[in-house]
Amino acid sequence: MSTTTPTAIQVNDLVKTFDEVEAVRGVNFAVATGEVFGFLGPNGAGKSTTINMLCTLLKPTSGSARVAGYDVVRQRDDVRRNIGLVFQDPTLDNYLTGTQNLKLHAELYGVESKLVEPRMRQVLKMVGLWERRDGVVGTFSGGMRRRLEIARGLMHSPRVLFLDEPTVGLDPQTRRSIWNYIRELKQREEITIFMTTHYMDEAEWCDRIAIMDHGDIVALDSPETLKAGVGTDRVTIHTDDDQATIAALRERFGIEAKVSEGAVTFGVPGGEEFVPRLFAELGVPIRAVSVSRPTLDDVFMSFTGTSIRDAEEDRGKARNRIMMQMMSGGRR
Amino acid sequence: MSTTQEESRAVLADDPGELEVVRVHVPKRSVASELRAIKIVWRRELTRFASDRLRIVTQLVQPFLFLFVLGGGLQTLASGGTHGVNLKTFIYPGILCMSVMFTAMFSAASIVWDREFGFLREMMVAPVRRSSIVLGKCLGGATVATCQGIIVLAIAGLVGVPYAPTLLLGVFGLELLLAFTITAFGIMVAIRIKQMQSFMGVMQMIIMPMYFISGAMFPASGLPGWLTVLNRLDPLAYAVDPMRRLVFSHLHISAAAHHALDSGITWWGWRVPALLEAGVVLGLGIIMLAVAIWEFSAVE
Repeated sequence: MSTTTPTAIQVNDLVKTFDEVEAVRGVNFAVATGEVFGFLGPNGAGKSTTINMLCTLLKPTSGSARVAGYDVVRQRDDVRRNIGLVFQDPTLDNYLTGTQNLKLHAELYGVESKLVEPRMRQVLKMVGLWERRDGVVGTFSGGMRRRLEIARGLMHSPRVLFLDEPTVGLDPQTRRSIWNYIRELKQREEITIFMTTHYMDEAEWCDRIAIMDHGDIVALDSPETLKAGVGTDRVTIHTDDDQATIAALRERFGIEAKVSEGAVTFGVPGGEEFVPRLFAELGVPIRAVSVSRPTLDDVFMSFTGTSIRDAEEDRGKARNRIMMQMMSGGRR
Repeated sequence: MSTTQEESRAVLADDPGELEVVRVHVPKRSVASELRAIKIVWRRELTRFASDRLRIVTQLVQPFLFLFVLGGGLQTLASGGTHGVNLKTFIYPGILCMSVMFTAMFSAASIVWDREFGFLREMMVAPVRRSSIVLGKCLGGATVATCQGIIVLAIAGLVGVPYAPTLLLGVFGLELLLAFTITAFGIMVAIRIKQMQSFMGVMQMIIMPMYFISGAMFPASGLPGWLTVLNRLDPLAYAVDPMRRLVFSHLHISAAAHHALDSGITWWGWRVPALLEAGVVLGLGIIMLAVAIWEFSAVE
């Protein structure tokens, strides 16, 4: 039964439609056993819908997916036995203690009784909660709860661990420590990790990432390859007149720049060599310049034409508009 | 600030280097694994009940209020019609039912809580049957409600009801039965409701009329026609009546009092036997449990 499959996740033409909205539009990808695979994109890109289909929580409208060698629709139970889940929203019983939560999980999954204690000890130590194991979860901080959820997701030695935004809403230090656990986990257990995130910096830790936007995968490769593929460095300049700067850049260099976070920013090959020309020819006083190697945000921008933050703001605005309409009785 | 410091300490506290890896295995679904799931869901209800002492106390307030305040207060008014029987003694069987009912309802509400706080999802994704989860919940709620009923049973002496073994055993059995049925009913309703406020509202709307119509506070005979019909249709009446018969069979009161207070439920003049009444309650409980399981399995 415990033969290792070469592919942990295999997805073919997966589609999910809610009413009229196509949340996921026919995605294809495969994740190898032992990989840390990241799903990246703004909120509302279809990441959670995809993860929910892979976890057997949503039925695909069409297409198929196999997880740990089992079909997510026809062999739902087998998939469930072999996956661990950490959701975006908390799913702990706040009135029970840490150990009570883990024990409950082990019983529900039918973990062999004599292995429950040692396994619990291992996962609790791994996330640094062994000392606090008898505390009531309601008294835990947000970071501790998330770590406990990760420990619980690992209680039954899943072959694939799904983490849906495991670090959202946590402070940077806790985020870092959670990433330490994830990397350590990869070394210790034969486990494949599939996660979603909209923090670009975190995606760097993945072996491979898929960038998702509007229900489609727009890019899929290792972070290094994706960044190398951008081919341009990011130049950010602070001036007193952003509009004049943008116009000058277009006229003299043929560069399309835009204002992002209070500075003019654009991509250009060989950014460091470009800076002296910029000073010589721009004609607008420059207060500060910075040049950076491409980040995953640049990758995202090169594939979608917008930064991940702007994409979220746009969608947020659209959502707010709809909410306002609904509240004012414009819809139903 | 202090939480951040605490977190970093917790992170550093355990050196993971010496940790051995314990690998476990999740077996295929079997009868044994389902039973284990039922048991742990049941145990969770008990653990939570036992740790919530405030709830145990608050849920005793209402029965005691009815018994001692309403029963004591109306005593003089009612004394003409009770043939010398204390009103508190008369309504005591109804109070036994009441304590079980409210606790069972509250237990069923835990499904709504679990949904609101996300824990329901943890159970929904586990490789167990949905029926095991519902059954575990139902048995847990029934056990908790029976425990609460036992507390009220313990004060029997205060209202002149003797502690006879057959009485105690019989009341216990009836309480268990009622607790099971009401929990099943509550779960059936709770699965469809997403918010606690709405659940409480719906429950108030259903439970209070059901309780008053059941005859917990008055004899089921000699009622106006419309009330008689409603009373015979009220499932709770079939739990209150055998409870009263049981308690009254252990009282030393006049035949006239028996006739006036414990004439029981009749169908077209035929006195329904206590066992059949219990059967009605059990049957309803099983039907509602089946509906709850069906509903719960249909949720994606």
